[in-house]
Amino acid sequence: MKSGAVSKALANGAIWGFIILQLIFFSIAGEYLSLSDKAFMDWENMLLLLKQSAPIGIIAMGMTLVMVNGNIDLSVGATFAIAAIVMLDSMTWPIFASLGDGVIPIAWLLALTVGTLLGALNGLIVWKTGVDAFIVTLGSMLGYRGIVFMFNGENPTSHLNWTLVDFAEAEFLGLATASWFLLIVTFAIWFLMTKTVHGRNAYAIGDNREAAVNAGIRVGPHMMINFAIIGFLAALSAVVFYSESGSVNPNDGQLYELWVITAVVLGGTKITGGAGNVIGTFGGVIAIQLLRKGLGHIGADTSTVNLVIGLILIAVLFLDRQLNVKGKEELKV
Amino acid sequence: MSDMSQNASNLREGMMASMSKQQIGRVLAKQGILIAFAVFMIAFAIASPKFLSVDNVFSVVRSSAIIGVMALGVTFVVISGNLDLSVGSMMSFSTIVVLDLHDKLGPALAIPAMFAMTMCLGAFIGFLVGYLRLNSLIVTLGMLSAIHGLTLTYSGGQNMDIADKEGTWFSVFGQGTALGIPVPILIFLILAALLGMVLAKTPFGRKVYAVGGNGTAATFSGIPRARTVFYCYLISATCVATAGLIQASRSLGSQNTVGQGLELEVLAAVILGGASLLGGSGTVFKTVIGVLILGFIQNGLLLMGLQFYVQFVVTWIIIILAVWLDIAAKRGKLWSPIA
Repeated sequence: MKSGAVSKALANGAIWGFIILQLIFFSIAGEYLSLSDKAFMDWENMLLLLKQSAPIGIIAMGMTLVMVNGNIDLSVGATFAIAAIVMLDSMTWPIFASLGDGVIPIAWLLALTVGTLLGALNGLIVWKTGVDAFIVTLGSMLGYRGIVFMFNGENPTSHLNWTLVDFAEAEFLGLATASWFLLIVTFAIWFLMTKTVHGRNAYAIGDNREAAVNAGIRVGPHMMINFAIIGFLAALSAVVFYSESGSVNPNDGQLYELWVITAVVLGGTKITGGAGNVIGTFGGVIAIQLLRKGLGHIGADTSTVNLVIGLILIAVLFLDRQLNVKGKEELKV
Repeated sequence: MSDMSQNASNLREGMMASMSKQQIGRVLAKQGILIAFAVFMIAFAIASPKFLSVDNVFSVVRSSAIIGVMALGVTFVVISGNLDLSVGSMMSFSTIVVLDLHDKLGPALAIPAMFAMTMCLGAFIGFLVGYLRLNSLIVTLGMLSAIHGLTLTYSGGQNMDIADKEGTWFSVFGQGTALGIPVPILIFLILAALLGMVLAKTPFGRKVYAVGGNGTAATFSGIPRARTVFYCYLISATCVATAGLIQASRSLGSQNTVGQGLELEVLAAVILGGASLLGGSGTVFKTVIGVLILGFIQNGLLLMGLQFYVQFVVTWIIIILAVWLDIAAKRGKLWSPIA
């Protein structure tokens, strides 16, 4: 009993311990290795880190919900790109020309609606056909990406609206707009998962679908709602990010699903469903961004970042298994 | 057009379900992918006369060979109840390594060295998934990233090129022909026949099915589960190395991201061939059909004058329809029982 509690606390706190370890390591290593004379633990640097975590982080909150529910969504990167194109392109449509800056909320609304619908479509297919979510979203990842390319070929879609850029670059109480969005989304999904019936049902379905069905929970609608939510969040992430940059390449968002899943798994969510929380995911997102930034700070290039993140993911999986009490009871073969 | 026929067969299946759904279900589940393949070929052949010309068929199979060879190995992994998402970046790795070593050691030494290095990676994954029993999706996801990093480090971020492109016999694997058939096709077919035999006719093949079908039962029957999974990843890595060899030899120079995203196409082909992601079902022959379907769809749509990217959307629809049809036939109901 006691060892169970200890290992549980270890497992839950592991990600934050890892973050602290990284901070210490990069601060010390940075003294010797960094080319810039700025300290790594600089307050502005940390705020920038939070802002840069936002695109992945916002999607990762939705992925936590979907994975706790026992599914997975590989199509988020493509949904991200479609939403970005919808937002940037709709601002140039002639019917909205007379609106001036009034087009901005309409463009946002259009992008978010499209994202939600694409997510819901995934959910509907999973629900109605009974095909595994991995296969469904693997397919739609190709399909949605195809739609992105069909829209404008290999060319970027660009539209810069300065009001929008000002909004995206604004700071409120010291935090950038994107950071606020990340914090609000984290809180909203935390509330949804812990304080609402839908959230509790999502855990129940992910833990044991049969039991959930027997308890009278309607599995299908819950799954579809969760897919709609992750679609919405992928679109929200795109909307926040591209308000600032104003130009989207058809390849943008590729491999986002991998980053997002890595963050979620680092944060302690079980790939089999039923366990995980957004606070852990938030830690996972920060840990990854810290690693990217920290390795950059001490002069390592992207190749090292990829290598290290891959190995850390495997190491976390291994440690999680060792700490997991349930694992010890399993058949040793 | 092809979608309509898929839909039609769905509809037909729905109508006949009341009569003898068990029988029809069994036939569809067993031969659905062959029927779909035939329908595609006929539809495209009617739409474009060039489609079935020898030149076109050869060029399609030749360009599918790289995906195909990787799909053969992934079939083993999937049947054993696991996933391999790392084949794309592993192929980049082997392509870059063999091109680099070609100039340093000469082709005769470079090829076995590259195979050995790639198989080490496969053995590492096999150890993690087989012996440590870690989740294969996450492990291979991590390895996708890690091997990508390894490749970038190895190549220093540079593209790799062979210095003397005219004077090397290395190009034979990708560009040569033997007996009037392009060598990549030969490699693909011979490997398919060999691995098909291994899977269908040897004790090892039966073990792969047993481990994927019910791991616990397999263990109690005295089947070495860990070792079987380990060998599956080793086979997958060998296939990836072969694919890397074909790719390197075909282009004699390469970017270090050459295999990026291929893991999904490979998986799509394997799933299209009817292998269940739960493990325990699928055959090498069906995977070959899945690979060919993907290749011919891509080619057929281009010949019909459609945009290149339309194939992604069509592939999406086909994957979902194929898997849906497959499991609908098995459960005897079109719609899922999920409440």
